[in-house]
Amino acid sequence: MPRLLPPGDKEILSPSHTSETITERISAIVFGGTPKWIIGIIGVSLIGVLLLVMSITWLLIKGVGVWGINIPVAWGFAIINLVWWIGIGHAGTLISAILLLLKQDWRNSINRFAEAMTLFAVACAVQFPLLHTGRPWLAIYWLMPYPNTMGLWPNFRSPLIWDVFAISTYGTVSLLFWYVGLVPDFATMRDRAKQLWQKKIFALLSMGWRGSCRHWHNYEMAYLLLAGLSTPLVLSVHSVISFDFSVSQLPGWHTTIFPPYFVAGAVFAGFAMVMLVAIPVRHMLGLHDVLTSRHLQNMAKVTLVTGMIVCYGYLTEFIFAYYSGNPYEIFAIAENRPFGPYNWGWLTLIFCNFLAIQPLWFKKVRQNIVWLWVISFIVSIGMWFERFVIVIMSLHRDFLPSSWDRYRATFWDYSLFAGTIGFFFCLMFLFVRFVPMIPMSELKILLPEAKVKDNHGAH
Amino acid sequence: MASHTPPKHAIYGLMAEFVTPQELLDAVKKVHAEGYEVLDAYTPYPVEAINHEVCHHKKSVVSKIVLIGGLSGGTFGLLFQSWAMGAFDWAQKLTYAIFGQSGYAFNIGGRDYFSWPAFIPVTFELTILFSAFSAVIGMFVVNGLPAPYHPVFNVDRFERATVDRFFLVIESADPKFDTARTRSFLEGLAPQDVSDVAW
Repeated sequence: MPRLLPPGDKEILSPSHTSETITERISAIVFGGTPKWIIGIIGVSLIGVLLLVMSITWLLIKGVGVWGINIPVAWGFAIINLVWWIGIGHAGTLISAILLLLKQDWRNSINRFAEAMTLFAVACAVQFPLLHTGRPWLAIYWLMPYPNTMGLWPNFRSPLIWDVFAISTYGTVSLLFWYVGLVPDFATMRDRAKQLWQKKIFALLSMGWRGSCRHWHNYEMAYLLLAGLSTPLVLSVHSVISFDFSVSQLPGWHTTIFPPYFVAGAVFAGFAMVMLVAIPVRHMLGLHDVLTSRHLQNMAKVTLVTGMIVCYGYLTEFIFAYYSGNPYEIFAIAENRPFGPYNWGWLTLIFCNFLAIQPLWFKKVRQNIVWLWVISFIVSIGMWFERFVIVIMSLHRDFLPSSWDRYRATFWDYSLFAGTIGFFFCLMFLFVRFVPMIPMSELKILLPEAKVKDNHGAH
Repeated sequence: MASHTPPKHAIYGLMAEFVTPQELLDAVKKVHAEGYEVLDAYTPYPVEAINHEVCHHKKSVVSKIVLIGGLSGGTFGLLFQSWAMGAFDWAQKLTYAIFGQSGYAFNIGGRDYFSWPAFIPVTFELTILFSAFSAVIGMFVVNGLPAPYHPVFNVDRFERATVDRFFLVIESADPKFDTARTRSFLEGLAPQDVSDVAW
């Protein structure tokens, strides 16, 4: 492979790339051997997976009593983690759908990676509400409408059922979108594969794609429509999740700012997670020619913008509480959060989501991968604490002081959470190893040769 | 479709190979100008101008499939929820008579059983779900995929169609097709190579 010129600060692709070098570059990751560091990461992640299996087993044997949940805090870590994971998934759909509609070319290098993150994050997220039901094997008729002998149907007026539909639709559509994007690349892999068994696997996955222009014509329409459908979908998912809270009457939950503030928070957390994973992967696989500084800078900008929207949400909550004149609301927001027993959670949130992102205003910081990685890490923690503040701090002190209580997570709360993190990274690095992680066909569209001149352009 | 009728010609068609999409686009235009209609172009990535030229600027039918899918998803979602929540007495009686199933009427704060604003989120999600499925399934069906075998795969050079080469195939089903004449015409377009595509 020829030596590639390093891309400039503004470029999204090394200028010396051609169709051939792009294909070679991306497919070599899949056809090459497994680097030691990937084996290491997957190995460590597998310990997490074991922890997950163990935590779920113990939970199913003993029941949800092994968690720290109590009355009034019936929604403990399970709901915090659900919202956190779903939020992380949002960057994937935003990058693949909204940025496609906005014709942001730079998304072409990172969309596959971010979409994979979406899928795996949703896979982690859905475990929590299912396990939180206590008896997931009965949850089938609480959650899914099917004709049963009891003549029961789920209550479609409940936000919890809206959630079931929102998350399952989100997961399914993300999977479809991801797969459709992969089909031409699977065909490339099929044609590059040296061994027959590899060829057979990729041939099956590619559905016999042959790059016919008549196919591309329909494909482009389907892909565009999927992007158009995913755009309202991604905005709706976290809105619906926020309804779980805001439709209730609880002080600290019952606010109209929740849907937009949740969506912004989700994108914020998601972009942080994309950077958190992409920066090391780019460094270790030497992908600087396709994942350039421009990509990271743009992601940093989106993180900053959505982060500031989230901070505006925090401010609005205070104004809502003050303006409502409701003593319970004022207590929950202005007294219990900054001065209550869990004020360390709230202070962590303000530090991580407001103070820690301020360096992103400076270009020097956005160009520095170490800074970006550290800030992404802090943001991921901060967004977890945001859900901690919302879930725990609103529940543990509601209206009557006699029904107040404290919440303390147990070992099994932490182990289940750590287990899903292991599960996520395990899937993520298996993906990096076995699936073309950067869309080759979409990257090739960015090449100068792809800009054809249609002289007689009859339209 | 071609595989169901006995082939008139000994070959499926003739394939010309180009290095850039610009060359392929110019070639497709010349081939169209020459009067060939039954042809296809193959590219490693979508090139809008070529797609439009090959498909004669016709809009893809996928968008209509998605519209139908989305509308049916939304309609189904709203009606199903209303029924399951006990709305429309006559529908309850009808389904009970036929399937022995009816909705389950929750009386929540004396609200109407047909409380449609509460059904909007699920209706919306089902609209998106059905549309997405019809987009993907529709696209594959319209394209005739999955198709594990196709004559173009018989050409060894075609392996690069998914990497960096651009191919044009004039199929023998074209009324103007004549192996010798079409071959010399294609060679006149200055391709890298012209090959026979076996059935």
